[in-house]
Amino acid sequence: MPVRVGVVTFPGSLDDRDAARAVRIAGAEAVGLWHADPSLHGVDAVILPGGFSYGDYLRCGAIARFSPVMESVVAAARDGLPVLGICNGFQVLCESHLLPGALIRNRVRRFVCREQRLRIDDVTSVWTSAYRLGQEITIPIKNGEGAFVADAATLDRLEGEGRVVARYVDGNPNGSYRDIAGIRNAAGNVVGLMPHPEHAVDGLVGSGTEGLGFFSGILATPPAETAA
Amino acid sequence: MTAVAVDTVARAAATPEQPQPYAELGLAEIEYRRIAEILGRRPTSAELAIYSVMWSEHCSYKSSKIHLRQFGEKAPQTDTLLVGMGENAGVVDAGDGWAVTFKIESHNHPSYVEPYQGAATGVGGIVRDILTMGARPVAVMDSLRFGPLGLPDTDRVLPGVVAGVGGYGNCLGLPNIGGETAFHESYLGNPLVNALCVGVMRTDGIKLARADGPGNKVVLFGARTGGDGIGGASVLASASFDQEHQKKRPSVQVGDPFAEKVLIECCLEIFAADLVVGIQDLGAAGISCATTELAAAGTGGMDVELDLVPLRDPTLVPEEILMSESQERMMAVVAPDRLDDFLNVCAKWDVLATVIGTVTDSGRLRMTWHGEQIVDLPPRTAAHEGPVYDRPIERPYDQDVFVEHDGRTLPRPRTGDELRATLLRLTSSPNLASKSWVTDQYDRYVQGNTVLAAPEDAGMIRLDESTVRGVALSVDGNGRYTNLDPYVGAQLALAEAYRNVAAAGARPVAVTNCLNFGSPEDPGVMWQFAEAVRGLADGCQILRTPVTGGNVSFYNQTGNLPILPTPVVGVLGVIDDVTRRTAQGFRTDGALVYLLGETEDEFGGSEWAYTVHGFIGGRPPTVDLARERLLADVLINCSRDGLVDSAHDLSEGGLAQALVECCLRGDAGARIVLPEGADPFVALFSESTARAVVTVPRTEEVRFTDMCTARRMPFARIGVVDLLDGRLEVQGLFSISLRELRRASASTLPRRFG
Repeated sequence: MPVRVGVVTFPGSLDDRDAARAVRIAGAEAVGLWHADPSLHGVDAVILPGGFSYGDYLRCGAIARFSPVMESVVAAARDGLPVLGICNGFQVLCESHLLPGALIRNRVRRFVCREQRLRIDDVTSVWTSAYRLGQEITIPIKNGEGAFVADAATLDRLEGEGRVVARYVDGNPNGSYRDIAGIRNAAGNVVGLMPHPEHAVDGLVGSGTEGLGFFSGILATPPAETAA
Repeated sequence: MTAVAVDTVARAAATPEQPQPYAELGLAEIEYRRIAEILGRRPTSAELAIYSVMWSEHCSYKSSKIHLRQFGEKAPQTDTLLVGMGENAGVVDAGDGWAVTFKIESHNHPSYVEPYQGAATGVGGIVRDILTMGARPVAVMDSLRFGPLGLPDTDRVLPGVVAGVGGYGNCLGLPNIGGETAFHESYLGNPLVNALCVGVMRTDGIKLARADGPGNKVVLFGARTGGDGIGGASVLASASFDQEHQKKRPSVQVGDPFAEKVLIECCLEIFAADLVVGIQDLGAAGISCATTELAAAGTGGMDVELDLVPLRDPTLVPEEILMSESQERMMAVVAPDRLDDFLNVCAKWDVLATVIGTVTDSGRLRMTWHGEQIVDLPPRTAAHEGPVYDRPIERPYDQDVFVEHDGRTLPRPRTGDELRATLLRLTSSPNLASKSWVTDQYDRYVQGNTVLAAPEDAGMIRLDESTVRGVALSVDGNGRYTNLDPYVGAQLALAEAYRNVAAAGARPVAVTNCLNFGSPEDPGVMWQFAEAVRGLADGCQILRTPVTGGNVSFYNQTGNLPILPTPVVGVLGVIDDVTRRTAQGFRTDGALVYLLGETEDEFGGSEWAYTVHGFIGGRPPTVDLARERLLADVLINCSRDGLVDSAHDLSEGGLAQALVECCLRGDAGARIVLPEGADPFVALFSESTARAVVTVPRTEEVRFTDMCTARRMPFARIGVVDLLDGRLEVQGLFSISLRELRRASASTLPRRFG
């Protein structure tokens, strides 16, 4: 039976179809999850896609956090379900307190869409396990509020525990502290990532194929082990 | 307009002499009298509101109609057109049961008043036009014009417009795949914001704006109606700016892209379940436009209870509700037995939906306000039978000045050093410099079907992940050329967009246009307009690309000074297999650089004359549409047969600028040898048309040259790609490192805007 990966659609989600496609290209089955439906339909992992959930009104991700599906996602994540939040999904994870810190307006005060070079700094999470430590990849970034911030103690702890999964290299696009592009929780099952690997899984559209590892990693790790 | 007592039909009949503010609403006395003639009495104030917006220049095309007819009369026979002009947007057959719809529209005046919201709602409006056809919107493009870079008002307008285009499109999840940004003094008080949207559907899913079937329900859904944009359509878009009209400022609409995103998904689900008989978006003229147009196109009658319209501001009076341009609203005609399903889909998406009326066969649009009759009119008279003017036309005397002062005596660079400096100056000029400061604010990846995006010659979209079929689009316009000769200028815009699409490997099949001009009451402007329309219609006939729709924007002027006449032309091409597309950048070491086409000494309206000498004069480059067709055939063949690994059209800035862009895009150097005997300045900077630069892998050279020879396409081998060299060298004249080129090209906009 193929690994089943749920992709949540909130009102205002935009990259849900792209994330589902990336899951299929990686060889897993994509299962659509609806914000108003608390059931996770027995999926082995969940992706919170990019977009502007609920219009990003109030604060990015602040309203999505209270949706019925997120109650189930938060509970399952605490029990070890692999969860990847991309861009707006990262914001939702921070708002849900599954990950520390917050994402604020880019330092340049503009939306930034470009190809971005990253270095993978942790390969113990289920979502980055397909990469080599220190591997550099180029995938798109596109956000208006993508600057990762946290207090110094939190940043030190994240770095000390090896929980920074990816960093910007060749230029920080949004002013993230310590060039952080993505982090994980202590257990390694929850990852938040500001750039968009789902737009880099197909050589024809988007930008190259170096984002595919974020989706194939989940296949290499049997769901039972990821719950550790 | 805010009278306490409701002006009913009965009251209007009883008080024929009551004075009405028709002039303030933009209606001429003769138009007002005609309304009274149609109705057999004076209009009620609600009817006056409807006629004033529907008969405005913006909605009725009263000054342009007699010219625009040529697009239909001269339309080439083609079997690719599924829906032609007259609907919300034209629809083109893209093969295998796929259909594509596209259109461009202006939002110029609001974008000057309030750059962010003006531009944002411009995107929102064109997206709803595409959605209305039954299509999923899949991409947007934008064509922008601003006053000179470096002036305070440009600092205010440009960042706001760009943020607005991006803010709305990004939040809708529509990739922005290209466009253009240009600068000239005449746009200082009157920027141009033209937005294009393209949508995809199955051919059997096309929807039309018709209210058919007596007894069917009229449903208003989407956002509540508020006081924004009241009078915007007729008053704001039809009167040019001057001091005394500053008070019009607050009437720009405010957009909510999240509401529109939800509305799109809701509509697509409604379409998929086949729940509507007809559908119309609410744009300019709001409910006035939607009700009159739906009724006029369908069975012919409609009863509406206007007091049922959900309001954001409960104090709005009927006239304001009719004229409101609140965004993110749609109107559908739904059969009674589908109504519950329709409302359920709306509820799923949290979209407010309200039955406000019923289709009738009375031939009348009747509206009540709390039971009292306030509108009773024949809808065709408002929607289609508005006034038509044959405005006076006169060729401006100063057209001759352009011909006399043709710029032949402007000093030209001769030495290698001078040519090098000229190239750098042009590459860094606002018009030619990299626009990545703009396009990096737009999401070009979302939806996962973007094959090519800016700065490529054309944007290209795969229709769906289940197919390799796709479409390519380019929008182009050049106000300088059009100013020198409107007939030729319009054809040059068409030719460039057509060439761009072909360079990407797609076959151009259809055209949309946005005609931006000054006041139609100025005979000189009207001459420019008439000539441009004639040129475009003739050009489309020769290129066999019918005009499928578009938009006219008049009154683009500050005081008596009109903008450069700026017809912006969008060309749509189809491609059977997007994996065969051709991109712009040099990418293969040792590939041979070929120049297709012929170069003449043509600098009228050129970027060189404008940037270096501040001069606009002479004749624009010659148009040869037969040659453009030949070039397009060659480029499409090259793409299909894999004869080239890059292609880039030549336009503003000539060969030099094209080479710079090819090098920078591919991060590759090139060694160029100009054709023997050629004047280097002319060879590098002339803007002769029907030309392109391609690179040919050595293994394909014979096939390539044989094909060009057989087709009688002039070609010249002018150099070789050198991936590692890191410079653009023009042998015997100069060389420039890619680093220096990149700095020249990339720093112009950031230097001003950060």
